[in-house]
Amino acid sequence: MATTRAQPDFRTRLQDWLPRIVLSPSIAMMFVFVYGFIVFTIYLSFTDSRMLPSYDWVGIENYVRLWGLRAWWTAVINLGIFASLYIVICTAIGLSLAIFLDQKIRGEGLLRPIYLYPMALSFIVTGTAWKWIMDPGIGIENTMHLWGWESFEFRWIKDRDMAIYTVVIAAVWQTSGFVMAMFLAGLRGIDNEMLKAAQIDGASNWNLYRRIVIPLLRPAFLSAFVILAHLAIKSYDLIVALTGGGPGRATELPATFMYSYTFTRNSMGIGAASAVIMLMSIAAIMTPYLYAELREKK
Amino acid sequence: MGFLDIRNATKAYGNVEVLHRVDIAVEEGEFLVLVGPSGCGKSTLLNMIAGLETVTSGDIAIQGRVINNVHPSKRNIAMVFQSYALYPNMTVAQNITFGLEMHGVPKAERARALEDVAQLLQIDHLLDRKPGQLSGGQRQRVAMGRALVRDPDVFLFDEPLSNLDAKLRVDMRTEIKKLHQKLGRTIVYVTHDQIEAMTLSTRIAVMYGGHVQQLGTPKDIYDAPENVFVATFMGSPAMNVMPAKVRVADGVPHAALADAEGQEVLLRFSQPHLAAWDGRDILLGIRPEAITDPDGADRNSSNIEPLRNRIGVTEPAGADTFVTMTLGGKDAIGRMRADAQVAAGEMFDFAINMEKAIAFDPQTEARIKP
Amino acid sequence: MSVATQDTAVRTGRVTRTFIYVFLLLFALFYLMPLFVMLANSLKPLSEITEGNMMALPKVWTLEPWAKAWSSAQIGVEPTGLRPYFLNSILMVVPAVAISTVLGALNGYVLTKWRFRGDSILFGLLLFSCFIPFQIVLIPMAMVLGKLGLAGSIPGLVLVHVVYGIGFTTLYFRNYYAAFPTELVRAAMIDGAGFFQIFWRIMLPVSGPIAVVSVIWQFTNIWNDFLFGASFGGQSQPMTVALNNLVQSSTGVKEYNVHFAGAILAALPTLLVYIVAGRYFVRGLMAGSVKG
Repeated sequence: MATTRAQPDFRTRLQDWLPRIVLSPSIAMMFVFVYGFIVFTIYLSFTDSRMLPSYDWVGIENYVRLWGLRAWWTAVINLGIFASLYIVICTAIGLSLAIFLDQKIRGEGLLRPIYLYPMALSFIVTGTAWKWIMDPGIGIENTMHLWGWESFEFRWIKDRDMAIYTVVIAAVWQTSGFVMAMFLAGLRGIDNEMLKAAQIDGASNWNLYRRIVIPLLRPAFLSAFVILAHLAIKSYDLIVALTGGGPGRATELPATFMYSYTFTRNSMGIGAASAVIMLMSIAAIMTPYLYAELREKK
Repeated sequence: MGFLDIRNATKAYGNVEVLHRVDIAVEEGEFLVLVGPSGCGKSTLLNMIAGLETVTSGDIAIQGRVINNVHPSKRNIAMVFQSYALYPNMTVAQNITFGLEMHGVPKAERARALEDVAQLLQIDHLLDRKPGQLSGGQRQRVAMGRALVRDPDVFLFDEPLSNLDAKLRVDMRTEIKKLHQKLGRTIVYVTHDQIEAMTLSTRIAVMYGGHVQQLGTPKDIYDAPENVFVATFMGSPAMNVMPAKVRVADGVPHAALADAEGQEVLLRFSQPHLAAWDGRDILLGIRPEAITDPDGADRNSSNIEPLRNRIGVTEPAGADTFVTMTLGGKDAIGRMRADAQVAAGEMFDFAINMEKAIAFDPQTEARIKP
Repeated sequence: MSVATQDTAVRTGRVTRTFIYVFLLLFALFYLMPLFVMLANSLKPLSEITEGNMMALPKVWTLEPWAKAWSSAQIGVEPTGLRPYFLNSILMVVPAVAISTVLGALNGYVLTKWRFRGDSILFGLLLFSCFIPFQIVLIPMAMVLGKLGLAGSIPGLVLVHVVYGIGFTTLYFRNYYAAFPTELVRAAMIDGAGFFQIFWRIMLPVSGPIAVVSVIWQFTNIWNDFLFGASFGGQSQPMTVALNNLVQSSTGVKEYNVHFAGAILAALPTLLVYIVAGRYFVRGLMAGSVKG
């Protein structure tokens, strides 16, 4: 028997390359439309682009001007108020609903979809609904007056100082049910025998949750935080539909700021700079989280 | 040159070499079992033969044709997987004939091959079911049917019985052996179960740490293990290995070691070449069945040594009674007849079949040969 | 929902339970209230809203606002109603969902069953791209769509949604296929099946559940998108942009009832999907929190 050495045939070699060939369109799109565009926008943020992109390098001038703008500071401060309230309230409501719903509640199957359906709606729809519900002329204030509570006043949406809180209300309405679902999944994943053991050890319900259950929900807290924070930074549609950024500029967020400076105020360089700052803040939250999640999986 | 040749086959992931220069020539019709603990490289080697893992260096050849670069489907091999890997969306019949279909075998021929295999494995009545509707043993049969129908040069089995319960495993083991005897095909079989290796194989390769520790017939491996690893891995309960010294008395080498009370006892070796180790430390290996009650001792042995020692624990196991004692500072197990009169804590007269005793070099852990 | 119906072992007293039920019911009212307001007021004549109580049921029931929102309301400058925009949304959503789901399935298949050096880095980059604020790509995207001649067109919007949807669909299929035994793929390889044959004959037949999740997720996201529609919609604006134009128009009387009817029309497709396939929708949301 003589030894022959078989060479890979064409089909075998093609099979070796097919996976990469199949993946390549998506990867190419990603590199162009995501990372290429990011690089391009970062580049624009260092140019004097106004109505149209220009390629004249001006260094960090746009960033200096951006941080000197009252409107940008308003947007950043609004985001700070909105994001912190939104995250805290959503988490609190979501966790409470999840814990209560986990107590062998009759009608749980009916309540869960009621809590969750707002997530299926567009922020534009949510904004439209709440815009009129909170409108002093036809909304809650009017209703309370008609029900006999003459002194009731609720006109935050028209109030420069309070309007940002109406955004929080609408946003919480839309997403808190989803946070509930995340916590509920976490609760259902906890080993029942451990809870029984804690009760035999004499833990009260309050201590059971405070000392055992809630610490075990750490991953759900983390996921909820990351998702909510990233939604908050990206919030755009809700502002447009609910307040249009007003009254005045009182409810501008970075996302609406970027849009108006880039496309209506002909300051593309500054718009690009604000987009870069938004990207950086999201990257600061997402990267460690994704990194940890992907590592864990291996 | 064998039918299936593994020549200097090496596997490395980056800088980590997991399989070191493996050399095995498998003859046509042989049943080779690769056995070893998990992580020893046995599955990697099997996957290399199948073409599911690349060969870093060295060659794998079937009938003299080096197939390192040949696609798995063109090596003319078939494989039975640990999880059976039955396609959940296809019926049993479709599962079995999928490979033939992919190889462009005409429908009529496929139907004939299916019928033959189904009859051979007695799964005729299952052909229209989906894998999800089958029991573990039935799935196992279907997985074998899928391999058999291809009529390959080499069958590869990757721990095929490890997902079955104990009783079924024994039945299927017999079944596989029968199939091999009937069909006479070349088989490479991976398992971590040394009993499967002993019962099924015509030859065994014991693997550990990416090396083939010993390649030989089941009897070779059992009676003349190359080193302490092979000696203790093969056989259940494992071979007793105790530190001892060689002492030559009356020109005959003896093993000197401490009994349960710390008193030195001498056990005469049957191997004269151990005289060269006079005064040196060795590891003494004695299988449990070589430590018995005097009436249970092997009558054909030319060298039964008496040993009086204190019994630690007795474990009646039905057919035998196992006795644990301290010997050479270690726990040693002896295998008594079921009705031997033994009780924990008592002194007992054991009979040791020193003809089967093996001495290992404590430095290299290799068997000391003449 | 994907969670098991297993209750905790916690015991609660009568008072606590009453409190829990009250709390849960109050929140149910909170979540239902806007839907009620939208529905009730979309069935009233305008005068009943401006002069009456928003929380009251209609005294005179009318479908007029719905008809107007659908076919004759002023959107921008044209009194076309929402109908043409609804059609735009459908024409945009269907191909975008189909393409991104198919690509996601193939990507997930490659990334789990045909792994190669550097694949997890590529996946990480793909995953991160799901979460970028889209403001960072708006300017170059507008330029590229213009260069390609796709600005303001349905194909342009389809392209945008496919590009920024692939990350999520790939994530879904990758996580799903990761749990699919690789031995099956190896068995099929030995049986002689090629890359596409394995995908078609072995993987796809068991991909139903995750395909549903991916389709629902993409459908909801793309249907509900506003930013891309407003930026690149041009002559082909989707439903959300049209609704916003309807509501924000500063001319004439504010026809709240028509606005509410329009909002429900815009919400109807995703709400229907939610009602029909709610548990898949939730599964998608949960997987959207990176993993399931």
